[in-house]
Amino acid sequence: MSAVVSEHDELHLSYGKYITGFLLSILSTVAAYLLVTRGTSTTHVTEILLACLAAVQFIVQLVFFLHVGEERKPRWRQLILLLMIFFAVVVVLGSVWIMYNLNYRMSPQQMNQYMQNQTNSGL
Amino acid sequence: MIGSFAIAWLGRLSWHAFPQAAVTRGAAVGIVLGALVVLTLLTYFHKWRWLWHEWLTTQDPKRIGVMYVIVAVAMLLRGGSDAVMMRLQQAVSVGSNNGPFSPDTFQQVFSAHGTIMIFFVAMGLMFGIINLVLPQQLGSRDVAFPFMNALSFWLFTSGMILINLSLVVGEFSAAGWLAYPPLSELKFSPGVGVDYWIWSLQIAGVGSLMSGINFLVTIVKNRCQGMTMMKMPMFAWSVFGSMILVAFAFPILTVTLTLLFLDRALGMHFFTAGAGGNAMMYVNLIWAWGHPEVYILVLPSFGIYSEIVATFSRKRLFGYTSMVWAIGAIVFLSFTVWLHHFFTMGAGADVNAVFGIATMLIAIPTGVKIFNWLFTMYRGRIRFTSPMVWFMGFVFLFITGGVTGVLMAVPAIDFQVHNSLFLVAHFHTMIISGVVFGFFAGLTYWLPKVLGFRLHEGLGKIAAWCWIIGFMLAFFPLYILGLMGATRRLDHYDASLGWQPLFIVAGIGAAVIVAGIVCQLLQLAVSIWQRNERRDLTGDPWNGRTLEWSVPSPTPFYVFTKLPVVTERDQFWADKQAGKKQGGYEDIILPKNSGVPIIIGGLSFLVGFGAIWHIWLLAIVGLLGIITALIVRSMNDEPEYVLTAKEVERLENARRRKLKEYAVYE
Amino acid sequence: MSEVTTLDLKRVEAEATDKTTFGFWVYLMTDCVLFASLFAVYAVLHGNTFGGPGGRELFKLPYVLVETIVLLTSSFTMGLAMLALQKRDKQAVVGWLLVTFVLGGVFLGMELSEFHAMVTEGNSWRRSGFLSSYFTLVGTHGLHITVGLIWMAVVGIFTLKKGLTDTVRKRLTLLSLFWHFLDVVWIFIFTVVYLLGSLNI
Repeated sequence: MSAVVSEHDELHLSYGKYITGFLLSILSTVAAYLLVTRGTSTTHVTEILLACLAAVQFIVQLVFFLHVGEERKPRWRQLILLLMIFFAVVVVLGSVWIMYNLNYRMSPQQMNQYMQNQTNSGL
Repeated sequence: MIGSFAIAWLGRLSWHAFPQAAVTRGAAVGIVLGALVVLTLLTYFHKWRWLWHEWLTTQDPKRIGVMYVIVAVAMLLRGGSDAVMMRLQQAVSVGSNNGPFSPDTFQQVFSAHGTIMIFFVAMGLMFGIINLVLPQQLGSRDVAFPFMNALSFWLFTSGMILINLSLVVGEFSAAGWLAYPPLSELKFSPGVGVDYWIWSLQIAGVGSLMSGINFLVTIVKNRCQGMTMMKMPMFAWSVFGSMILVAFAFPILTVTLTLLFLDRALGMHFFTAGAGGNAMMYVNLIWAWGHPEVYILVLPSFGIYSEIVATFSRKRLFGYTSMVWAIGAIVFLSFTVWLHHFFTMGAGADVNAVFGIATMLIAIPTGVKIFNWLFTMYRGRIRFTSPMVWFMGFVFLFITGGVTGVLMAVPAIDFQVHNSLFLVAHFHTMIISGVVFGFFAGLTYWLPKVLGFRLHEGLGKIAAWCWIIGFMLAFFPLYILGLMGATRRLDHYDASLGWQPLFIVAGIGAAVIVAGIVCQLLQLAVSIWQRNERRDLTGDPWNGRTLEWSVPSPTPFYVFTKLPVVTERDQFWADKQAGKKQGGYEDIILPKNSGVPIIIGGLSFLVGFGAIWHIWLLAIVGLLGIITALIVRSMNDEPEYVLTAKEVERLENARRRKLKEYAVYE
Repeated sequence: MSEVTTLDLKRVEAEATDKTTFGFWVYLMTDCVLFASLFAVYAVLHGNTFGGPGGRELFKLPYVLVETIVLLTSSFTMGLAMLALQKRDKQAVVGWLLVTFVLGGVFLGMELSEFHAMVTEGNSWRRSGFLSSYFTLVGTHGLHITVGLIWMAVVGIFTLKKGLTDTVRKRLTLLSLFWHFLDVVWIFIFTVVYLLGSLNI
């Protein structure tokens, strides 16, 4: 393997970066909070804005605190992170899509009623 | 007073927990007697010290691999006897005959069969072979985290002991190998069976997750100098794909099992019927893990086939790059198809169509791999050794299984055959030919590296043929029965259906497979008996291509006297062609033994047992013990030692002298 | 490894640290998938209140905002501990760890008292599918915080006793990764569970 230096010593941590990251994360948190408590826009717009703010937060944390992107080549950590995001998104969105579709067609309430009847009928 | 005392100390445990039915009682007595015999023998021959120092506390992946294989083979016998019981029941339980087993026993048997075969046989063989081979193939001496590797093994073993303990104390789950709720909820399964299922899988599953991380890091960081990713042996590539799936699928299993346990123990409502639970979510989650799991098992097996075909065709693997891309495609696609396990649950045509098409797409990379193997054989100088017999059986059976799989990927057809024996036949074709045959082939291929001698070829071929023919007899009738309408998990059926002849044929098939297993055990015994004649003096018994064949057999604990340098894909083959030999000596860092992994394994067993029987005190003590053990371990600043170049040279010379003695037998 | 050897021990140590950091990173990614599954469960079950209260009735947003800011600040102070580590300033490292520990403890205490209030009002995890998934998702994060605090205490004591040795520095680095990661998870809990759950839907 190529010469490896301890990952952390290699990174150049600086107050500036941490303070920027901290301020940005507080800012987006408070913005999201105000959006919900003082917000006047419609629910749908608020939802999208909240998702955007969460994404901003996510990136801020990754870049300023977890130092993603400062890795030297080959960027294995970044690759694994991207894979994780892909799989997590597939599992979450896939589950939600599947389950909402199922609920729409056979609501759990109806199914529970059906199962109760089955139980009562001695099955 | 006595009541609260009993709850604190015994939970749900009482004398009623010991088996009542004759079958389970027999099995329980067998297990206890077997354990006693082993313990007595160990004491009689004063082997405890040896066992502790050489095996139980070892962090050597080669030894850990051997222990994985031993546990997996023992579990194969256990799961296999479950299979024989099922075949027996279905062959005779017709009309007025109710068969040898009660419905409840039968349900426990099929639940245990599936669980044991997947988690403790297939996974065990897989991690065993990876431990035995992967580091050496990468030109490395060890995995990335030797301590964690041992810990993974002991968690796996702890789960294995729990699942077998259910025969002796309590009962096993009767809810199928994936324990669908609401049947597996407290209301419908009030006993401890489902809890045994949950905790044995949970503990073994955490071990698997740690192994996944470990091997992933090993491949990324432990490759020898010059071995770029595209110069890795194909087995390493397939393990890489498989371990990515382990890392991202097993957390889903952990969550699913935890939620089911929370439902059962704390009265939550994730999957309950009523109170806002949704049983369909369980099915969705368990298959979001379960489908990748199939590929976790089959990818390393594909890797083994790739190595074997190239070696025994004496050609380099055809289409290396396309193989890598195929693995990548399988990794991605395997995470996008899980709904095809529940097409019939009621999702709309749009959902079913998307997942159906994604399922069919998987046939493309898999087809690429099959053709690559065939083209590797084409114009090669093929040697039909027993690993090749396994491989040829695999190609034929796997294609039948693949074709039936693509059939069932069509939702409309799946509605016909869902939960029928057609499905059972399909997935057994995939798992037995795709996974089990591959691991057997791999064991035959690599055991000389472990034992130092070759296995008996004749018996190996007979075993392979017994498995192939027995498999066809056992499972082809099930395809037909499935199309005739036989559902899975039947403990009894009506004589007028006319199914019995086919079930009897399937039973004969199972007997032929048993004959195959007997041949394999015989093969091992005969080979050990004749070990002096069969000894592999060169370290390269098959004229191999990859780095593991460049070290002597059995592999010394330090593996390479000096780490190799790689410039080619099949470095060892290239070296042989050029008449070169890599060598020299260097100082080597090796991990010291540690008793902590086996202790944590034991403590996690206590946690599991306490949680199953609601002996919360025991569970808490176990948990605190684990935390303490980890802290104690983290205080150890010198977990490694140095083996000097001089010492290595001395050991090598001693080994060479011994080889000369063996050579007399040749 | 006290024996005399030709090995470049500095390099060996650096490689080991590199491996451990990467391995820990992979572990964090698997933990992300674990949380993703819990989020999926919450997303599916959040409407199943079974006649019980929903998020809008239960969540006190100002309280949760304070919780969030406490946790964000603790992440920042953990970063300051890392900066001190870079300067090999042992006193400052221990000091900032202590601040982080206190903030983490405050966060955990707030979360537990929030849970306690809900349970005493009769809205425990037994009440409905929604509450089961709420308690499990948020509770799993809380469990991680607890593990982080125990770990922080152990590493803090190591730092005091052994100084900033190679091993201690490695462990501090991993701990900081873990702590920042928990921050990331909380952002999603704050947004998905608390903020979206309080909207008029």
